[in-house]
Amino acid sequence: MSSMKSREVKVLQNIPISKTLKFWEGLKEGKIYATQCMKCGKLHFPPAADCSNCLSSKMEWIELSDEAEIETFSQVMVRPASFQQNKPYVVAIGRLKENVKVLAWIVGFKLSEIKVGMKVKLVAKVTDEGKPTYEFVPI
Amino acid sequence: MRKVAIIGVGNSKFGNRSDVNISELAFEAVKPSLEDADVNAKDIEFVALGTAGAGAWYEETQPAVVVAEYCGLTKAGLIRCEAACASGSAAFFSAYSTIASGQTEIAMAIGLEKMREIDTPTAMEWIGRSGCYLWEFHNFGLTFPAYYALYANAHMAKYGTTEEDLALVAVKNHKYATMNPIAHLQKNITVNDVLSSTVIASPLKLLDCCPMTDGAASIILASEEKVKELKIDTPVWIAGIGYSSGTANLSKRPSYVGLEASVLAAQRAYKAAGVTPNQIDFAEVHDCFTIAEIMAYEDIGLCSKGEGAKLLRDGQTEIGGKIPVNVDGGLKAKGHPIGATGCSMMYELTKQLREEAVERRRQVPLKNYVALAHNVGGAGHYCYVTILRR
Repeated sequence: MSSMKSREVKVLQNIPISKTLKFWEGLKEGKIYATQCMKCGKLHFPPAADCSNCLSSKMEWIELSDEAEIETFSQVMVRPASFQQNKPYVVAIGRLKENVKVLAWIVGFKLSEIKVGMKVKLVAKVTDEGKPTYEFVPI
Repeated sequence: MRKVAIIGVGNSKFGNRSDVNISELAFEAVKPSLEDADVNAKDIEFVALGTAGAGAWYEETQPAVVVAEYCGLTKAGLIRCEAACASGSAAFFSAYSTIASGQTEIAMAIGLEKMREIDTPTAMEWIGRSGCYLWEFHNFGLTFPAYYALYANAHMAKYGTTEEDLALVAVKNHKYATMNPIAHLQKNITVNDVLSSTVIASPLKLLDCCPMTDGAASIILASEEKVKELKIDTPVWIAGIGYSSGTANLSKRPSYVGLEASVLAAQRAYKAAGVTPNQIDFAEVHDCFTIAEIMAYEDIGLCSKGEGAKLLRDGQTEIGGKIPVNVDGGLKAKGHPIGATGCSMMYELTKQLREEAVERRRQVPLKNYVALAHNVGGAGHYCYVTILRR
């Protein structure tokens, strides 16, 4: 089939993080923060500057505990363009005792060792490329 | 609200359509839908175009105007609708609403997608970004198959659903696709073929996943007055539409064994149509991945929660079973051109309800002349359930 190439464009967006800066800075100090609404008490993770429950914008930062129970997981073998340099990774969703859930990579296990219901630890880290992130690791 | 009927349908060949651009592909659906309804493009008062990947996986960023011009629809009211993989149903709902509300007498919904103009990793990138980029993709590279894989592992852990059960969805839908000339994948497969195919996102393998498909579908809708005026032989009436949505972040969902948006949309659709699940003659459900079809059976009330795999194993969703599902091959094998799917489901329901299935072998038996389409956007991020009645 005949085709012609479109004009090429590179996409690189600047994502504002002013309102969640404490979260991103906290990761560098090994801490994982959520926000809690000072009006209705709703705990938000991922952290939000505004409460979706009561629409108040009076929020305070709360450091989360590190114990999580895995609710589900998947090993991503076929990876997107910007993850081509990564080895296959396992994404999991874990529930913390504060009753918020976190989606992150789970590392330090063979795939066959990861089970729904298993207990893991949630830790903050800075990647080799200098990006702040968080992941599940063995207890 | 006024009664609204489908009076014309068209569907392009689904597949790798690198022979046509986006407008030429839309034309392949629009022209037959106009011929089917026996109306002119100039008669269409409003056009809603459902498409998800404009500017990302194909080059036009404002495809509604480009397509409308190419198909002679310029001057009609025009909108582009986005509801991820339910964009086609969102367009259908928009076109329907203009008539139901009394604003127009005749309107068109077009579903359209070209997914194969870019390489696969870039496609995985764009589609992976479509849940919640900031918290799921930026650091964690969650892909679309992985969204459903998270549901698959949770469903398997809770209800004992197996990888073989998942494979049976693919085997069934491939079988029907071989009887459907417009389907993308025209090949029978076995459970073993599925189990031995490459892992994409565990536990989902290549043959658990819908292909990257190009395609278009067009549906023409009209008011009851217009149906009479045009002397339409077999109008297919919109009995009820239900809709709902789910959180962008999967981490905010209560569980991973079903889609809440599907449950709510189905309940609303049944209520609007005044029917119960056991009055539905056949259904099109959103089987972008095999687990999605099993969850859909449960979420829209074809069986109880956790019984989806059993319904499938017992052959109840085949022609001859209690409720045939996806007998056009489904997203799994007919193909899933994202924005086209919702309208393509309406094409299939209309053809079946008119007893015009292209291949007689896959004409479903009709008792109540009532059928349902369940179209999910994302992994339960959006959902539309539409019930039609002849």
